[in-house]
Amino acid sequence: MLLITCPWCGARPELEFSYAGEAHIARPADPAAVSDADWTAYLHMRTNPKGPHRERWRHTHGCARFFNALRDTASDTILATYKAGDAPP
Amino acid sequence: MQRFSALSLLRHALGGHTGWQPQWRAPAPKQAYDALIIGGGGHGLATAYYLAKQHGLRNIAVLERGWIGGGNTGRNTTVIRSNYLFAESAALYDHAVRLWESLSQELNYNTMFSQRGVMMLAHNQHDVQVFKRHVHANRAAGVDNEWLTPQQAQAFCPPLAIGSELRYPVLGAALQRRGGVARHDTVAWGYARAADALGVDILQNCEVTAIDRDATGAVTGVQTTRGAIRAPKIGVVAAGHTSVVMAMAGVRLPLESYPLQALVSEPVKPVLPCVVMSNTIHAYVSQSDKGELVIGAGTDAYTSYTQRGALHIATHTLDAICELFPRFRRLRMLRNWGGIVDVTPDRSPILGRTPVPGLYVNCGWGTGGFKATPGSGHLFAWTMARDAPHPINAPFALDRFRDGATIDEAAAAAVAH
Repeated sequence: MLLITCPWCGARPELEFSYAGEAHIARPADPAAVSDADWTAYLHMRTNPKGPHRERWRHTHGCARFFNALRDTASDTILATYKAGDAPP
Repeated sequence: MQRFSALSLLRHALGGHTGWQPQWRAPAPKQAYDALIIGGGGHGLATAYYLAKQHGLRNIAVLERGWIGGGNTGRNTTVIRSNYLFAESAALYDHAVRLWESLSQELNYNTMFSQRGVMMLAHNQHDVQVFKRHVHANRAAGVDNEWLTPQQAQAFCPPLAIGSELRYPVLGAALQRRGGVARHDTVAWGYARAADALGVDILQNCEVTAIDRDATGAVTGVQTTRGAIRAPKIGVVAAGHTSVVMAMAGVRLPLESYPLQALVSEPVKPVLPCVVMSNTIHAYVSQSDKGELVIGAGTDAYTSYTQRGALHIATHTLDAICELFPRFRRLRMLRNWGGIVDVTPDRSPILGRTPVPGLYVNCGWGTGGFKATPGSGHLFAWTMARDAPHPINAPFALDRFRDGATIDEAAAAAVAH
C-alpha cells in the first residue's frame, strides 16, 4: 500500500485516496471548434508512460480535495505531490 | 518437428527420454523479414502461427523482450468463456472458444483445455436482472448460457455456500457450460513450436528500442538489443507495454496499464469442479489440475508497470472467497503475483490498423485477454496479411473512439474476467 502525502493533510495510507488518472489534460475551451481528432485525443488518448507520470489523486476520505502527484510507474515511488493549479515539478 | 503421440511417448520412454529435440530453434536475427510481431506472448505467437499457416507468410519473426509466455500469458488465471453481452463481443470471444475446442489437435500439443463450466453468481436483484439479460442476449447470439437457481448452482458446485445468513446471498447464477480453463504455458509453447516448424523465427531476449519509418511515415523496421531488423509490416502485441512500444512510432493510444493480481493456494484434492465468478464481491476461483486453487483479484487503483500489487487488493478478494466457500478458510496461499494489463475506456480490445502505414496493433484486452488468445491471433494475422480487418474484428478498430462507436463492456461484462 502506498503512503501518499496530501499537500493539505500530510502523509496518509493509500486507502484514504482515489486515483483520478493523468493530470494536466485541459478541456478545450470551445469544444465545438476542435477537430474530431483533437476531441478524441482529449477524451481518450493517454500517455501511459513507464516512468515518471503526472497524475491526479483525490483525498476522498480526508479533506476530499484533488491534488497532483509525480509518481514513477516503474517503481511506484512518489517523487512529489503538489496542489492543483501549481506548476508541475 | 517431432510429433507427440502415445506411440512417440512410449518409444522415447523406452529410450530413457534422451531422444527429444528442443521444441523450437533459437535462431540469430536475420537482417530483414516480411513481417515482425513485437511481443512473444500467446497472442503474438498465435498471430505468427496463423500468418504462416493460413496466409503463407513464413519469412517472419516474433520479437520478445524476455522469454516467450513470460508476461500476462504466464500470469493470468486461465479462465475461458464467451458470455459477453454485446453481439460484437460475443462473436469475438466465441470465435476464440471455437478455436480452443480443437486447439490441442491443431497444434499437436495438449493445452489441457477443460470445458468444466463457468458459473457467475448473482447476489442481488440488480445482478439477477443483468445476468438474465446476459443469458437471453447470449442465446439470441448463438452462445450457450443458462440461468440456475441457487439450489441448481449448489448442485453444480457443491462447496458453494447459498445460505440466507451470507452478507451477499446467492440468488442465482448464469452458467456457460462451454467455458472452462486451459494450461496457460502450453498455449505459448504450443503456438511457438507449431510456428517454428513453419519457419517462423522466435527471437527471445530481443527488446525493441525504436521503430524506423521512411519519409512517407510508413514503417521500415525496428532497432533492437540484437541489432536492426528491416520489415515492411509490424504488428505490436505487447499487452501492458503497448503504450511504450507505440510511443516509439509516435502513436498515442486510449490505454492505461494497471497491475492485476492473482494468487494460488497450496494444492489439495479435487474440491471445486468448475470456475466460479462473482462480480459483485469481486472474486473468481477455479482449481488447477495440480490441485491449487487459482484465484483472481482485482486491479490496483492506479496505473503501474511494477508487476506486483498492493496486499489489500488480494486480501479483499480472499475475504470474498472465504465467505462463498467456508471450507477454503483453512487453506494457505502459496504465491501471489501481478501482471500489467492494458485497459481501454470501453474495456474492449483494439485490433486493427493504426494511422501509421504498415503498423498494426492488437491491444487493450485488459483483464481478460487469455481466453481470446487463439481468436485474437487468428484475426490479427488476417488483418496484417490483408491490410484489412476480418468482419469479426472490424468493430474493434481504433477509430471507434473517434466515431463514438464504443463497445462498452465496462458496465456490461462487469469487472471480473
